[in-house]
Amino acid sequence: MYITKDLVAASATPLVLGILADGESYGYAILKQVNELSGGNLEWTDGLLYPLLHRLERLGHVESDWQSPEGGRRRKYYRITAQGRAELAEQRRQWAAVVDALHGVWSRTAVLPPIALEGGTA
Amino acid sequence: MTVDSNERLESQIGEWRSYMRRRRELHKTDAEELEDHLRDRITELHEAGLSDDEAFLIAVKRMGSLDELSREFAREHSERLWKQLVLPAEPDAPAAARTRRELPVMILCAALAALAVKLPGWLGASMDDDDSASFYLRNLSLFALPPLAGYFCWQRRAGWRTIAAVAALFVVGAVAANAYPLGGSTDPEDEPTQSLVLTAIHLPLALWLVVGIAYTGGQWRSDRRRMDFIRFTGEWFIYFSLLGMGGGVLTAFTAGVFNAIDIDPEDFISQWLLPCGAAAAVIVAAWLVEAKQSVIENMAPVLTRVFTPLFAVVLLAFLGGVVWTARGIDVERDALILFDLLLVVVLGMLLYSISARDPAAPVGLFDRMQFVLVVSALVIDALVLAAITGRITTWGFTPNKTAALGENLILLANLGWSAWLLIGFVRGRMPFARMERWQTSYVPVYAAWAWAVVLLFPPLFGFE
Repeated sequence: MYITKDLVAASATPLVLGILADGESYGYAILKQVNELSGGNLEWTDGLLYPLLHRLERLGHVESDWQSPEGGRRRKYYRITAQGRAELAEQRRQWAAVVDALHGVWSRTAVLPPIALEGGTA
Repeated sequence: MTVDSNERLESQIGEWRSYMRRRRELHKTDAEELEDHLRDRITELHEAGLSDDEAFLIAVKRMGSLDELSREFAREHSERLWKQLVLPAEPDAPAAARTRRELPVMILCAALAALAVKLPGWLGASMDDDDSASFYLRNLSLFALPPLAGYFCWQRRAGWRTIAAVAALFVVGAVAANAYPLGGSTDPEDEPTQSLVLTAIHLPLALWLVVGIAYTGGQWRSDRRRMDFIRFTGEWFIYFSLLGMGGGVLTAFTAGVFNAIDIDPEDFISQWLLPCGAAAAVIVAAWLVEAKQSVIENMAPVLTRVFTPLFAVVLLAFLGGVVWTARGIDVERDALILFDLLLVVVLGMLLYSISARDPAAPVGLFDRMQFVLVVSALVIDALVLAAITGRITTWGFTPNKTAALGENLILLANLGWSAWLLIGFVRGRMPFARMERWQTSYVPVYAAWAWAVVLLFPPLFGFE
């Protein structure tokens, strides 16, 4: 399913913060998790995750450090900060409001055909 | 994965990495982070059954286009496009060790320059003493320029012959400035003699070209190195002016805040801040030019581009005015100096447009504009010379007039031949490189003239 750029961009920050709220992670793993969570519907250009992570770091929502495990590659890990958690809560509140409003619209607008919920891809 | 295909993959990734590294928006660590990602992606695709080549292609494709990536990074890290304004951020070249020492050495040289200004004061030649005024006037260039030359000798790893030659020339300059009885008068009412003023003007010029020998690391015969020194001179002048403006602000605040608590900082400012600051700024400006030469657009050529058409218009208008009023140029006492300076400005604009020009570029409107500028300057100067020759023959030669006339002729000769070369170039008969060569070969003429004024004029005119 194609999702417009604007929606992808708007949902990127809460998704990344939400994933990091579960524990520290690195770019590739975050991307894979986004993919799993969205059932493959959210298509990100891989590289563009990193400018986003850097922006969140500059804003103080996440922090990062380089770790090199025994015999493994050096890798940059990101961790959510207290401020990031607050931001996540705020984003969640806003998104809930948007989703509520959208629910209202979907149920009122009779003109729209009901979504065919085939195969559980809701 | 076989060893062979593994090597192939590594070389592909290496190539990709070098592409990333060419983008200024992407720092080394960013490229590393992205590479880590790329490798993860390749591994995953590989496990899904794709070949190395396929996996690499898809992974790169999924990473997004490099342009888009750079744009996003630039948007997030816009400061990087401006960066390195103060210190080379990531010295990863093998010369890094020397680069690290660069800053301390520069600071040492700047401190030496500041010290050199103060030293005569401690030895008895106080700065606000009228007797010593002529001493400081004569020796102005001998405070900061030797440390600057020393800095370049160190930086360029000059051979001992070069160092000896540079040192010897500085000694000659110092002797000429101080051994000749240039300003023997102890009466503060007396104006400084003409010879003293001429030395004060020409010794810095002569010694600056000596610094040029150090700058080129002894290769002063090379055209390219000479052109580098011309570029350096223009940029240095701009940086020095900028530092001077900053210093002015600092001085104003120093005066203001200390006055507010009833401490008079005037002595500190005039005895320490201004002289030491100016001497140190000579070195710092030079260091800045060197450190920034590949990072920032050179300013002198940019200014040249802006002002060449404007100057051309002004000179043409002036010529039009001369014709319109049918009045000769009124040759006042200082007229010759004024028109000397005009020629210097025109020559400077010519030099700095040459210094930034791609010799292979075709003739453009700008080249024609430059031709107009040079020719109108020549015509004006010819009018001035015609007017002034009469006066000199009636009143005889003084050191000032001789020096001004000599300079005028030197600049006239340069610009005359330049105009000839420009005609050839604009009409497509001569390569532009001829012009470049002409200008760089002419530099020793300036040096010879400056030394002549310093060394020969005073005895010639009886230390007048």
